[in-house]
Amino acid sequence: MKDEEIAKTTSKTIFGFWLYIMTDCVLFASLFATYAVLHNNTFGGPSGASLFSMPYVLVETLLLLTSSFTCGLAVLAAQSQRKNQVIGWFGATFVLGISFLAMELTEFRHLVMDGNSWRRSGFLSSYFTLVGTHGLHITVGLIWMVVLVAQIRRKGLTPNNQRRLTLLSIFWHFLDLVWIFIFTIVYLMGVVRI
Amino acid sequence: MSQQSNIAGQERATLTSYIVGFVTSIVLTVEAYLLVAHHLIEGKSLAAAVAGLAITQFLVQLFFFLHLGRETKPRWKLLVFGMMLVVVMIFVFGSLWIMSNLNYHMTPKQINNYLNSQDGL
Repeated sequence: MKDEEIAKTTSKTIFGFWLYIMTDCVLFASLFATYAVLHNNTFGGPSGASLFSMPYVLVETLLLLTSSFTCGLAVLAAQSQRKNQVIGWFGATFVLGISFLAMELTEFRHLVMDGNSWRRSGFLSSYFTLVGTHGLHITVGLIWMVVLVAQIRRKGLTPNNQRRLTLLSIFWHFLDLVWIFIFTIVYLMGVVRI
Repeated sequence: MSQQSNIAGQERATLTSYIVGFVTSIVLTVEAYLLVAHHLIEGKSLAAAVAGLAITQFLVQLFFFLHLGRETKPRWKLLVFGMMLVVVMIFVFGSLWIMSNLNYHMTPKQINNYLNSQDGL
């Protein structure tokens, strides 16, 4: 009976979290719409094609994609109650995630140092808002990961920690999904000449 | 054991599904990158191909990473997801439509007049 109740709470919580993720999708959609409207308004400044370094962005993408995979492996390890493996895979996810974030911040820094900050044009304002909001989500995810691993180390893979772990994995996979569209719409399409 | 999987998540994930999702995603990402970087095709067909690859990867990750559509009935997650897609489409294509329409109805003369009127600022 107790297990059944836990399972019921868990499935309710997961559904609630899923609702939050869907509203977050709407948030990103509004930022994508803003970007799509403003991406040609460079106000005499540089366009995406002259700013973006594609091999650099490809590496960023592959880092985030791999971190999504290692996060999935952590979920699998948790399902079979292998605590050390869970911590190990989350460690790998964290390293990949923070490398991604470092690369993104380096890119931002270069843009701002070259005088291409969000104040330069409508295009750059919308670019920094969209990509920056994603980066902020990644930061939150990384902090959450540290807290969760600390809890798992202290209390083990209890039903509560299992639930938190599932929610974090949904959040992380969702961020990877959003990045596919940033990679495609902002970076790839920014370079394509139609 | 079945209770354990219920606690971990409604839908039990498997290693195979993660590996398939991961490998497919990498292939699709690199393919899109190579198409753009080496100009294998040009112009609108290139944009369409890249968009197609992104949507395919979106579906692959939804299915293999987020396990959408594998829940048991009633499929509430899928229902809310569909609702979200409708709202997102209205947001994005609605914005683009309205803004391009505004651009279309603003003649160059009007734009010049507007810019001249702003000169004093």
